[in-house]
Amino acid sequence: MAEKIKLYDGSKCTACRGCQLACKQWNGMKAGQTLQTGTYQNPPSLQPNTYMIIHFQDYVDPKGEVKWLFRKEACMHCTDAACVTVCPSGALYYNKDFKTVGMDREKCIGCKECVAACPFEVPRYDAKTDKVYKCDMCESRISNKLDPACVKACPTGALKWGDKEDIMNAAAKRKEHLGVVASTYGDKFVGGTHFMYLLKEQPDVYDGIKKNPKVPLSVTLWKKWVKPLSLLAAGGVIGGSFLHYVLHGPKRPDPENIAQDEKKQGGA
Amino acid sequence: MTNHWNDFKNSDVILIMGSNPASNHPISFKWIQEAIDKRGAKLICVDPRFTQSAAKAHLYAPLRSGTDIAFLGGMIKYILEKNLIQHEYVVSYTNASFLVNPALKMPGENKGVFSGLTDGKYEKDTWAYQVDAEGVIKKDKTLTDPNCVFQLLKKHYSRYTPELVSRITGTPKDKLLEVYKIYGSTGKPDKAGVELYAMGWTQHTVGVQNIRTMCIIQLLLGNMGIAGGGVAAMRGESNVQGSTDHGLLFHIWPGYLGAPTASMKTLKDFNEKRTPKTKEKNSLNWWKNTPKYVASFLRSMYGTNATLEEAYQLMPKLDDGANYSWLTIFDQMYKGKFTGFFAWGMNPACSGAHSNKTRQAMTKLDWMVNVNLFDNETGSFWRGPGMDPAKVKTEVFMLPCASSIEKEGSIANSSRLMQWRYKAISPVGLSKPDGDIMSELYFKTRDLYVKQGGPGKEALTKLTWPYGKQVGHEFHYEPRKVAAEINGVFLENKRMENPTKKGEFKEFKKGDPVPTFAWLQDDGSTSSGCWVYCGSVGEKGNLAMRRGTKDTSGIGLYPEWAWCWPINRRIIYNGASVDPSGKPWDPKRAVIKWDGEKWAGDVPDGAGNPGAGRPPFIMKPDGVASLFGPGLTDGPFPEHYEPLECPVEKNLMSPQKNNPVIKRFDASGVGSDMDVYSGVASCDPRFPFIGTTYRVSEHWQTGVLTRWCPWLAEMQPGMFVEMSQELAKERGIVSGDKCVVKSARGEVEATAIVTPRFKPFNIDGNTIHEIGIPWHYGWITTADRKYNPNDKKPEVNTFGDAANILTSTIGDANTMIPESKAFMVNVVKKGGK
Repeated sequence: MAEKIKLYDGSKCTACRGCQLACKQWNGMKAGQTLQTGTYQNPPSLQPNTYMIIHFQDYVDPKGEVKWLFRKEACMHCTDAACVTVCPSGALYYNKDFKTVGMDREKCIGCKECVAACPFEVPRYDAKTDKVYKCDMCESRISNKLDPACVKACPTGALKWGDKEDIMNAAAKRKEHLGVVASTYGDKFVGGTHFMYLLKEQPDVYDGIKKNPKVPLSVTLWKKWVKPLSLLAAGGVIGGSFLHYVLHGPKRPDPENIAQDEKKQGGA
Repeated sequence: MTNHWNDFKNSDVILIMGSNPASNHPISFKWIQEAIDKRGAKLICVDPRFTQSAAKAHLYAPLRSGTDIAFLGGMIKYILEKNLIQHEYVVSYTNASFLVNPALKMPGENKGVFSGLTDGKYEKDTWAYQVDAEGVIKKDKTLTDPNCVFQLLKKHYSRYTPELVSRITGTPKDKLLEVYKIYGSTGKPDKAGVELYAMGWTQHTVGVQNIRTMCIIQLLLGNMGIAGGGVAAMRGESNVQGSTDHGLLFHIWPGYLGAPTASMKTLKDFNEKRTPKTKEKNSLNWWKNTPKYVASFLRSMYGTNATLEEAYQLMPKLDDGANYSWLTIFDQMYKGKFTGFFAWGMNPACSGAHSNKTRQAMTKLDWMVNVNLFDNETGSFWRGPGMDPAKVKTEVFMLPCASSIEKEGSIANSSRLMQWRYKAISPVGLSKPDGDIMSELYFKTRDLYVKQGGPGKEALTKLTWPYGKQVGHEFHYEPRKVAAEINGVFLENKRMENPTKKGEFKEFKKGDPVPTFAWLQDDGSTSSGCWVYCGSVGEKGNLAMRRGTKDTSGIGLYPEWAWCWPINRRIIYNGASVDPSGKPWDPKRAVIKWDGEKWAGDVPDGAGNPGAGRPPFIMKPDGVASLFGPGLTDGPFPEHYEPLECPVEKNLMSPQKNNPVIKRFDASGVGSDMDVYSGVASCDPRFPFIGTTYRVSEHWQTGVLTRWCPWLAEMQPGMFVEMSQELAKERGIVSGDKCVVKSARGEVEATAIVTPRFKPFNIDGNTIHEIGIPWHYGWITTADRKYNPNDKKPEVNTFGDAANILTSTIGDANTMIPESKAFMVNVVKKGGK
C-alpha cells in the first residue's frame, strides 16, 4: 500500500472543532475539567486524553488587517521520527503500509524518552497509568480503509487523508492559488511529516508552532550507535534504561512533570 | 429557506449578515467552500464582531448591532443609482410598476414615520394601491410615474447616503461601498447572490423589516427563485422549520393558515376573512384554496365525529387584537394569570428574554410540568439563584422524555426537507417518547372530561387519536400514522377529475392517501393535517424515508433524497428563474426548463406555459413579489430605527428614534414593575456599552443537552464576554479576568476575552463600544450550586448563568421576537466598581 499523509488546510478550517470531538469519541477519551481563561481554545494544550486541539489565535497582519488564525495541533507523524528512534520497548513504530507513527500502548513502559525527544512536543505522559499518549492517525480506522476520525468529521474539506503524492500535489496547487503569503509546513524537515499543514500565513506567524523542528543530536547519536549496540546486547527495555541512564541518570518519579501535567489537565 | 443547503454551491456572491454559519451551521460551509473553490464565489461577512465566518470571508465589514436596515438601505440606493437592477425581472415579477395612493407620505417627508400613524398604530389607507373601475391595480410599466412603487422606493432610499449610513452603522465608508459593489454585481441574469441570516436579523424591534430590506435587494437583483439565490433563513434548531410548518406559533394553524379570532363566528365567516382575493386577471392567487386546506385540517382534528362547522366551533379562537407570543405569556404568568404550565422540550428560565422576570413568573404558578432529558434551570427554578424554596408555592413535575435517537419520526430542516429518522437505541430508564407522553396525557384528560364534564368538553372528547395502540397500561404512539394523517386521506370513495389535467379522472377509495394538495377538497371529503405536507406519504410510502442520491439537474437538487415541501420542490419561487417567455435567465444554472410540452427540472412553481403571462409569485394575491409591502404593521418600506436600548441620543436618519409601533412593556398598564429599560429617551451613563448575544459551535440552544456532554463542556466550559482591547484598557481588564456584565435588569459573571476582533465603533464622531456574550449557559451545571443527593452531577462543570438575564421584554413590531441582539450594558472587572 502507498505511503499516506493527512493534510490540514488552514484556509478551509472554520474551527468548528468537529475533529477535536470526533478524536475524543473514536479514541474513547474522557473529557477533563477545563476553565474559560480568555480564549476559545480548550483544552489549552495536548494532554494524555487529548490527542489534538484546534488553536485559536488573534492576529493583526502588518497591514493592520485583523485575522483569526486556526491551527490543528497533533502528532506530525515524522518520516524520521525521534520518538520511534528512542522508544526502547517497540511501543512506537512506523506503520508498515502508510509510514505513519503508530503506538502499541501495551508495550509502553512510561520511560518518557519520546516526550523528551519529540521536536514537536507532542507525546504526553500520564502518571496515573505510567504510559505515554499521542495521536496514532486512528490506526484502527486507516488499517480498515477508513479515514481518520478527524478527517471523517471535517465538513469543509480542511482535513484530507490520501496518498502522499496526491496530497502533496494538491497542497502545492492550493498554496499557489492562495498566493505568496501562504505556506506549507511539514514537508521540509524530519524527512517530511505524514501530517502536514497548508497555512494562509507564513509559519512563523503561528503561536506555538515549531519554527525549525530538529531531531535532537542525542537521538541521532542514539540511532546511529547506541541503539544497534544495545539491541544486540539485550533488547529494547534494557537498552532504553541504558539510554535513560546515560542521558538523564536513573529513572525516578518526577514530581515536577506530574504536577505540570495535572496543571495542564486543570486547564489553568 | 427559499432554496436549500446544497444550493449555496451555486452562488457567485454569498453575504453572511445576521448569522455566523461557520460556528453555528458548520455543515453549510461545505457548500460555501465549494462555491468559493469551484465558482470563484466571493464571501462577504458583515457583523459587529469578527467571527469565525469573517475569518473565512474575502471581505469583512463591521456594523453596529441594530443598524442593518441603514446598511442595506444604502445598498438599495447604490443599486438603483448605478442601475444594477435586473430590469425585466423587476418590471415583470415585482410590484415595482404598481401605483400607490398619492396621499402616501414617507418618513423622509413625515418626521420619520409613514402616513397614518395614530396612537402607536398605523391606519393603512394611504398605503393602498390605486385601482381602476374594475378594481384592477393601476400600473406603469415604464416605472416613471412618481407614485409607482419603483419611484417611491428610489425616493425613500435616496436618504440613505453612504456618508449618513456610515455615521449610523460605524462601518467605514470604503468597506460599505466595497460590499455594495460586490453584492450589486449579482444583478446580471447570469450571476446569483444569496444572503444567509439567522437570529442576528430576527431578534430586533425591526427584525421583520431587516429581512424585508434584503428581500427588496434580492428582487431588484433578480436573485429570488434562481439557483444560488434566495434569502436563507438559517434555522437555529434542527426542527424549528417543522414546528412552524405544523402550527407551533399562536397565530397560525398548520400550513400557515391564519388562526381564527373570536369575531369570526362561523366557518364561512372565517373562510371569507382569511381567503385573499384578487382582480388581477393572470394571477393564480394560490391562497384562494384556503377553504380546502381549512376543511381538510378540521377533518384531521375531528374526522367525521363532527361536521365541519361543528369542528370549527370546537377549535380555540384568539381574542381579537390579543397577542399570545412568548413575551406576553411570561408577562401574564408574572401577573398570576396562569395556574399551570408545561415546559416541553424548552428551557424558558434561560432561553427567553429577561430571565429574571421569567423565573419570577414561574413562582406565580400552582404547578409546572417539565418535560425534558435532564433537569434544567426551568424545572429547578425554585432553587435557583436568589430563590427561597420555602417561599415558592409551585409544584413541579419532571417527566423524562426520550432523545431524538431513542425514537423515530421526522424533522424538517431549513431546506423544508422532511427527513425520516429511525430509532437507534431504546429510551433510557423511565423516559418515554414525547408522543407516548402526549397520548397518555390526552386519554387521561379526555376521561376526566367524560366523567366530570367541563367547558369545551367536546373539543377533547370528539378528537380523533388514531396514532397507535394500547399495550397494557401504556399507549404506544406510532409516528408513521401521524405522518400519514399529516399527508391526508380520502374520507369517502370518490371519482375526481385531475386538477392539473382536464379530462383525466381518477377513482379513490375511502382511506386512500391524497396524492397532492391540489386534490384536497372543501366539502369535508378529504382530511389533511398540514396541506403543505400533502404528497409526502402516498402510494409509494413515506417519501421522507427516501435516500436516493441521483441528481440529473446538475445543480444539486437531489429530488430523491427524502421529501421537501411543497410537493418536493427544492427551490421555491422557481417560476421566477425563467424570463416571461419561459427561458431560464441563466441557462447554465437552469432550475426549470420547458421541454416543448412540460417543465423539466425542479417541480415548477407558479410557472404557467411559456408566454402565458402568469406572474410567478403565486402565493401573493397579485402574483408578483412585494418591493412595497403594505401588509406589515410598521411600514410598507423598511426604515432605520434605533434599537429600543441604544447608545445614541438621536436617530440620525429621522426625528423618530424607535420603531413607532412596538409594544412598550414599561408603559403604564402594559408590562410589570420588572420591565425596565435603559437609555431610551437619552443615553444612560450606567449602561454605556452595546451588548449582544450569540452562540458557539459547541453548545446548542440554552445548553440543556450540550452542557451535560462532557466533551462539549470541556471545549466551551463557561460564560465569557468578548470585548475590544480599547475597552479592556479603559476598564483595566485583561483576558481571563472575571467580569460582571450588568444591564438595567440583572447581571451575569463572565470571563473576559480581550480581542482585536471587536473594535470600537465610530458613530457620528463618538467612540461606541460593543461587547458580546454567548447565551448557552445556566446555573444548573455549575460547580458552586448545591447538589442534593439525587441530583445528577455533570462530569465537566460549566461556569455562569444565562445571558438572557440581561435582555429585556421588548419585541419586534410584527412578531414580538425579543430584541436580544442589541441592548445596553456595563462591564466591570469582578470586585471592581
